[in-house]
Amino acid sequence: MSDLSVNHLLGIKYLNIKDLKLIFETTDHFKEVINRKIKKVPSLRDVTIANLFFENSTRTKISFELAQKRLSADVVNFSSSSSSVKKGETLIDTVNNILSMKVDMVVIRHPSPGASVFLSKNINSCIINAGDGTHEHPTQALLDAYSLIERLGQLKNKKILIVGDILHSRVALSNIFTYQKLGAEVMVCGPKSLIPRYIQSLDVKVETDLLKALKWCDAVNMLRIQNERMSESYFPSIREYVQQFGLNKNILDGLNKEIIIMHPGPINRGVEITSEVADSSQAIILDQVENGVAIRMAVMYLLASKLY
Amino acid sequence: MSPKKILNARQISTILHRLSFQLIEDHNNFSETVIIAIQPRGVYLAERIMELLINDCDEIKFGLLDVTFYRDDFRRSEKVLKANKTKIDFSIENKTVILIDDVLFTGRSIRSAMDALQAFGRPRAVQLLNLIDRRFSRELPIQPDYCGTQVDSRLNQRVKVCWKEKDNEDAVYLFKNS
Repeated sequence: MSDLSVNHLLGIKYLNIKDLKLIFETTDHFKEVINRKIKKVPSLRDVTIANLFFENSTRTKISFELAQKRLSADVVNFSSSSSSVKKGETLIDTVNNILSMKVDMVVIRHPSPGASVFLSKNINSCIINAGDGTHEHPTQALLDAYSLIERLGQLKNKKILIVGDILHSRVALSNIFTYQKLGAEVMVCGPKSLIPRYIQSLDVKVETDLLKALKWCDAVNMLRIQNERMSESYFPSIREYVQQFGLNKNILDGLNKEIIIMHPGPINRGVEITSEVADSSQAIILDQVENGVAIRMAVMYLLASKLY
Repeated sequence: MSPKKILNARQISTILHRLSFQLIEDHNNFSETVIIAIQPRGVYLAERIMELLINDCDEIKFGLLDVTFYRDDFRRSEKVLKANKTKIDFSIENKTVILIDDVLFTGRSIRSAMDALQAFGRPRAVQLLNLIDRRFSRELPIQPDYCGTQVDSRLNQRVKVCWKEKDNEDAVYLFKNS
């Protein structure tokens, strides 16, 4: 019987292809569950999960919470803005205090890269990374890949493009690992200043001309400019960025093929993507959100089965 | 020790015919009755029964139910409980549901199945059909309404139902001390 090779979900980096397939298979079943009239199963009814959000989030937080409730888990929520973190408590102390109240699983979002890996080494609990700084956002990458597989059948030899702020994006890194493990080719596109130097070591193609990149790909993931992580100016102006890297209807019409458009949200309409494109039938942005709940149910179900 | 054959192909065929006639006798043309097979091993039995019923009835609603997410041994067994497909694309509201599984052992799968059914409506009644009833191993007060044959077995024994479609023969074996 198959089983995940890991006890935590810290990043896609730590998963193997069997893990990905098991997660996707389990997601199929949970997708059926959340489309029933009664969308709840009792699997995790004796599991308590803490959602620790040290950084803002709408989608991911709601998605995790819904997934937990549909699995019948008990949930406690924590956000740093209203907590004792403001009084100077350390991360380990905060989490250990919560765990001593008998919590089985921790979902954590944190602005520091590696926060979840750090916790998994110092804390005796199952950790799920819901985004750690510019490092990884594994559940987002899983739901992106799952949504693409729904449309394309499989990702082997498919060409996937990631456009935008690659440097500050945890989604980009997790996306790259996932697509490559599933056999797809990956290209990144964006201003040179927003493409990290380590990209060469990941066996990823780099292109600075959006039109060329779009002509190459089967699907594109449009990323947001992460202003909150920028301490200096990486490109002259938003207007210039939109002209060079914004996706609009005209560019798409000129391609002679229909590519799939993804966006992890939140969308800055009119910047990386126009409203017309975001709301078009080629965009699977809302499918991604729906699949997010099923993916997170699958991940928590599979990890919870390893708790004793 | 080699396994003991409890039923051969001919005996299984006789039992399947008897069970089908009993169903037709009780459920008429199946307009108010639906058949739901429990994944994974109940499906083979249910499909055989469906083949026999379809000769006498025009249309019978047939669904597949996976009970993995409703089991009470999640996190209590060593291995991950892997799910199968659920496919019930009709409402069971006010219908009589016939649950089909190959072997009735502790009764825990059937308890989970009754729990799972609630997500698809409130049935008028739920009945149970099994090919094999391991009658002295029950852990819950659950009994079959339609039963192929009863087997007296100990807890450390294992009953395996083989189907032509999957295992190349129709037969039922009892394994000792596996």
